[in-house]
Amino acid sequence: MAFTNEQMERYSRHIILQEVGVKGQKKLLNGKVLIIGAGGLGAPAAMYLAAAGVGTIGIVDADEVDLSNLQRQIIHGTADVGKAKVKSAKETMNAMNPDVTVNTYREFVTSENIMDLIKDYDFIIDGTDNFPAKFLINDACVMAKKPFSHAGIIRFKGQLMTYVPGEGPCYRCVFKNPPPKDAVPTCKQAGVIGAMGGVIGSLQAMEAIKYLIGVGDLLTGKLLTFDALKMEFHTIKLPKADHKCAICGDHPTITELIDYEQIECPDH
Amino acid sequence: MADFTIDETVDITDVVCPMTFVKAKVAMEELEIGQVLSVHMNDGEPVQNVPRSFKEEGQQVLKLIDNEDGTYDLIVKKLEE
Repeated sequence: MAFTNEQMERYSRHIILQEVGVKGQKKLLNGKVLIIGAGGLGAPAAMYLAAAGVGTIGIVDADEVDLSNLQRQIIHGTADVGKAKVKSAKETMNAMNPDVTVNTYREFVTSENIMDLIKDYDFIIDGTDNFPAKFLINDACVMAKKPFSHAGIIRFKGQLMTYVPGEGPCYRCVFKNPPPKDAVPTCKQAGVIGAMGGVIGSLQAMEAIKYLIGVGDLLTGKLLTFDALKMEFHTIKLPKADHKCAICGDHPTITELIDYEQIECPDH
Repeated sequence: MADFTIDETVDITDVVCPMTFVKAKVAMEELEIGQVLSVHMNDGEPVQNVPRSFKEEGQQVLKLIDNEDGTYDLIVKKLEE
């Protein structure tokens, strides 16, 4: 595959980089990333991956764009309110970069559909806003041996970590089980500063890009936290993969995917 | 007498920085290790930057030929993928 003049110019700032170059850009164009959730995290992640020329990007979300989303979900505009988020996201990405094929899945991930959704992708981005989905994505990625980026944002805080099979702990090694119902507020109840999605979602895109190109160090075995009020980033070294982990351990006790009960928001 | 054989040539006189090096780098990509690329460029910015950029990437600059018409030919041997 030779670059067209337009591609040479579009990706010139990548091609100039020694760590990317022509080969790295071709890896991106051949890369396939699935983004689960087209919200605060998924919006910036999808936009940076589309701009970077990741050739195939899948987006999973059953929701429609709501006016209250627009404070942070920058892939959607005011005219998109009421539209399926996956459709709105696809339109933005297609307008940004015609090199990208966007596959849309207007559904929520469940134990029934997730294995089929992730199977054709090289890297998964967890841009969901609830613990049942986060544990489901972790367990499915461990089972399918797929690398993924976990992230969570709330109020002025954000965190992320990366799982690569065989290269460190999974999300369940670190967090074991979803917290009890109502023990933790969702971001609908607690609020979130809009730019937090931009910071953390962009870092997730960065992890996907580095994974596809094969350069640098990923957040495997590490948890990166960001406190916007203190303006502090911390990278915490995590314990090694837990041999007793219920999903990635030596003798996993979870052999079928679990749909944990969703915590209902009182205001919805 | 030239002590090298040119395997491929690329003309970057039709573009400006940073596309000059991008176009040269994309052309270099097609070569095998040990092959030689001739890059036809304008005087000025490309002559300043393109040889240096190739060196930074580990390629061997063999010669910069002044064509005495405002253009140069940079002869580069590929050492790194």
